Amino acid sequence: MDLIFEGILKAFFLLFTFDPEVMGITLLSLEVSGAATLISLLIGISAGTIIALAEFPGRKIIVSLVNTGMGLPPVVVGLFVTIFLWRNGPLGFLGILFTPLAMIIAQAVIATPIVMGITLAAIQALPKNLRLQIMALGATRLQMVWILVKEAKLPLLAGVMAGFGGVISEVGASIMVGGNIKGYSRVLTTATVMETSRGNFEVAIALGIILLLLAFFINWILTRIQQKERPR
Amino acid sequence: MNGSRSILEAKNLQVRKAGSLVLDVPLLRIEEGEILSLIGPNGAGKTTLLQAMARLIKLSQGELCFRGENVSSNHAQFEYRRRLAMVFQEPLLFDTTVYENVAAGLKIRGIKKSAIQRTVAENLKRFGIAHLAHRSARKISGGEAQRVALARALATQPEVLFLDEPFSSLDPPTRESLLEDLESVLRETKTTTLMAVHDRMEALRLSDLIAVMNHGRILQVGPPGEVMNQPLDEFVASFVGVETILSGQVVRKEGGSFIASIQGHYIEAVGKVELGESVVLCIRPENVTLMVPPFKEPTSARNVFPGTIVKVTPLGLFYKVQLQCGFPLVAYVTSHSLENLSLREGKEMVASFKATSIHVVRKKEKGRPVSLNA
Repeated sequence: MDLIFEGILKAFFLLFTFDPEVMGITLLSLEVSGAATLISLLIGISAGTIIALAEFPGRKIIVSLVNTGMGLPPVVVGLFVTIFLWRNGPLGFLGILFTPLAMIIAQAVIATPIVMGITLAAIQALPKNLRLQIMALGATRLQMVWILVKEAKLPLLAGVMAGFGGVISEVGASIMVGGNIKGYSRVLTTATVMETSRGNFEVAIALGIILLLLAFFINWILTRIQQKERPR
Repeated sequence: MNGSRSILEAKNLQVRKAGSLVLDVPLLRIEEGEILSLIGPNGAGKTTLLQAMARLIKLSQGELCFRGENVSSNHAQFEYRRRLAMVFQEPLLFDTTVYENVAAGLKIRGIKKSAIQRTVAENLKRFGIAHLAHRSARKISGGEAQRVALARALATQPEVLFLDEPFSSLDPPTRESLLEDLESVLRETKTTTLMAVHDRMEALRLSDLIAVMNHGRILQVGPPGEVMNQPLDEFVASFVGVETILSGQVVRKEGGSFIASIQGHYIEAVGKVELGESVVLCIRPENVTLMVPPFKEPTSARNVFPGTIVKVTPLGLFYKVQLQCGFPLVAYVTSHSLENLSLREGKEMVASFKATSIHVVRKKEKGRPVSLNA
């Protein structure tokens, strides 16, 4: 019990003294996962909406692929992104392996199917005739997509939370493509893994608590937006 | 001006869903300012016809002309949709305020804010929902929601209005007041309207023309009086409220009238028929008179049949009396006559109806039915 208590004390000490290393790690976590989530929203919402609205042969297969992708194991993503970015890999010339950029790419690959799958479900859950009603109101294709996304905003925000939650807590891919380089590509999860393996439990607990607080804070904001009091 | 040209003309319209033909309309014309009601059972193709005419769904075949222009290219369809409006069975309101909902069509068209404000206010008032303007569209009653949907549709000043059973999910008093408002708005704006209705009385009340549909086809189009009184076939007859439909053979002809044998009983009717031909006699319940036997006064009706009351069903303002006269016969009586004649199940009565009040349908062999009175 002492261990946990000391860890919590240490965590608050590190937090309130604005320990530069911990702050750097926290900030990088936010940046990497935030950027990855943004990319996944851009791709996931547009592709998810298109798949939800379009009718084409093989649509069912695509939908099941997306749904499978929602549970993509981060280590597998890490493996493939590493292979692609490896010196001799197809994208090796970019020279971005073991950089925060590589981590953003890997995390975006993890989050995109999550956002896409939730978007797909959200748009499909709208009333069947809503599309026809919007068309009958004279909307262009783009206006229709915009109105549909607005109508589905509550489940879509759940998608944002799920996507962000998935990548901020992910460790496998980040450690593989980022390398956990001190002061450069070390994020909260990779640092926690490292400190634990070294037996520095107080620091590990401190990092863990920061991670929890962060996840809680972001989700709290998104929930506030989602549950915002609608007009009377 | 193309005064005589139809505002909408559908030719050879066919829609297939999952391979089967769900809509097959060789020709349908709507003139400017006309209100055409589609009636028919569920699954008759009313909704499909509306959506096809509004170019919201793909046509398998055929074409649609709006003011003489063929609406076929994607761009033409888009332009056409900006000149129409549609209200569905469900209100399909957006998750925002009532005001924003009514403004939706105008915003989509990129109209100036001041003009939007004016038009929205006008339409909110028109449908008696001005007090709801800033309420959430998710927190109003079903009747209010359907009013918002109508206001949203009319705010764009459509040249054609499509209504798909917009009242069917409302309770009678709500429906009644909404119908009244819609009626006055349509009168005032003279908007060409194509609507699917569930209730025949709604159709009678609002329409210039009624089209009866079944199995994706239009069986008959005409003014309400014509469709109600001169149905082209048995299906239309039963759907427009002819309660008694009897099949028989022509056994004698005398002048303009003839005698048909119906299950061994002879009924006189009027019309041009061939001897021995199969005919269907349609008798509207309001044309059947009931008397207590023995009746003494001679009546002008030659069709007089004794019978037994099988069932009496209250229908609001009047009662439906089912009789067995050797053939089934249905009469409507007021509650006043129900009491006066002390009608009840099992009572012996005498029923009569005029030969001229019977609508005769010649049994179609193949192809289109032929109406005698038309």
